Amino acid sequence: MAQTELIKTVDLYKSFGRLGVLKGVSETIRTGEVVSIIGPSGGGKSTFLRCLNLLETPEKGQIFFEGVEITGKKVDIDRHRQKMGMVFQHFNVFPHLSVRKNITLAPMLVKGKSEAEANAQANELLERVGLAEKAEVMPAKLSGGQKQRLAIVRALAMEPDVMLFDEPTSALDPEMVGEVLEVIKGLVKSGMTSVIVTHEMGFAREVSDRVLFMADGIIAESGTPDQVFNHPQNPRLQDFLAKVL
Amino acid sequence: MNFSLIGANILKLLQQYWQVFLLQGVVNTLKLTSIAVLFGVVLGTLVAICKMCRFKLVRFFITIYIEVIRGTPILLQLYIFYFVLPQLLPLLKMSPFMWVALALCINSSAYVSEVIRAGIQAVDIGQTEAARSLGMNSRQTMTRIVLPQAVRNILPALGNEFIMMLKETSLASTFFLGDLMTSYLLVGGATYLRFEALIIVGAIYLLLTYPLSQVVNAFERKMAKDGAD
Repeated sequence: MAQTELIKTVDLYKSFGRLGVLKGVSETIRTGEVVSIIGPSGGGKSTFLRCLNLLETPEKGQIFFEGVEITGKKVDIDRHRQKMGMVFQHFNVFPHLSVRKNITLAPMLVKGKSEAEANAQANELLERVGLAEKAEVMPAKLSGGQKQRLAIVRALAMEPDVMLFDEPTSALDPEMVGEVLEVIKGLVKSGMTSVIVTHEMGFAREVSDRVLFMADGIIAESGTPDQVFNHPQNPRLQDFLAKVL
Repeated sequence: MNFSLIGANILKLLQQYWQVFLLQGVVNTLKLTSIAVLFGVVLGTLVAICKMCRFKLVRFFITIYIEVIRGTPILLQLYIFYFVLPQLLPLLKMSPFMWVALALCINSSAYVSEVIRAGIQAVDIGQTEAARSLGMNSRQTMTRIVLPQAVRNILPALGNEFIMMLKETSLASTFFLGDLMTSYLLVGGATYLRFEALIIVGAIYLLLTYPLSQVVNAFERKMAKDGAD
């Protein structure tokens, strides 16, 4: 495992109204690492993940990405976001664009790729996730699993340095969870640095280098999958695992 | 009531006064409606943008603008534009027709701005988040992702606004401005066949609005089908 720090957060705080969601989260994600975040709903998992690319702005604390403090003033966040792919629970594919255009829009618009170049890349990515025949189809014609696979390659088309997954299978019908997890697994095996918020414990155990357990706005425990799942120390984690496993 | 006599009278009025109804009435009504909606949309878009901007003070004044216009009768607004404003602004040498057209524009802009704002805000916030997460800036996100989807919500509502405005221009007859309702006043007054004249004018309004509302309905159905997500 490489040891360069890719994302580092220092003492993040975030609240929605009077509800404190993050209460001092400090964590470091290293290049090549696969980190899963588990924990009860409302524990701050998604909020933490969404802070990493500043979809949520923390009230206090700092976030460093590739050595740059992106929470600082005068930071062009759009430039850094290009390097952080994100996959959402509800897919958020663009319904007014064809599958192909969903993928090519950002590389052409943001990175200035030519249409030919972007199309070639889109074909390759669609091939990789088994959606090659769907290139010209509108997203409304896709199943949930297909939409999520599209959303994953749409993010990959920006050639990011890290992928952020926000409960990527939570909105899927059970029979489609497998196909999406397979894609993520393949990605992780190829060495993509990933942060995955998930309720799929088996998956987290299998693919992660490290597992973070978040509850009440803090990282209550972290360690290797073996440490977290087989030898949990924190009573909240023990309680949580007893309920979900 | 003698229906055959009414029928005969209607034919007679149409024969004798068709130019008043069509060349004057319909043309002026369509003119007023088009001016009001066209500039209402332009102005309404600006108002909607201001209503969503980040400056609190701008939002505050725009909210007052919208609430005042939507909260007072359109007839009252027409009176102000017809009687009061020309005296306050004597240098603006506009015809009474244009003053009324302006009043309708302003009125329309308030409704249109709310239509546009609602259409934009109805687009799922996840669309914006997905676009921003790909590195698109806020302008690219608005023009490439949000607006194309908002148009589906906005266009049918704008069609309805056009239909509403077409009927509301009848208030211009208060000032005898030559619209379709004015032609009722003219013909009804000259012939004393008020009922017949009303029927004719009503039928013409219906002929104008019905096809429009069919178009809007068809568009809404198409959008609902395409948008089935």
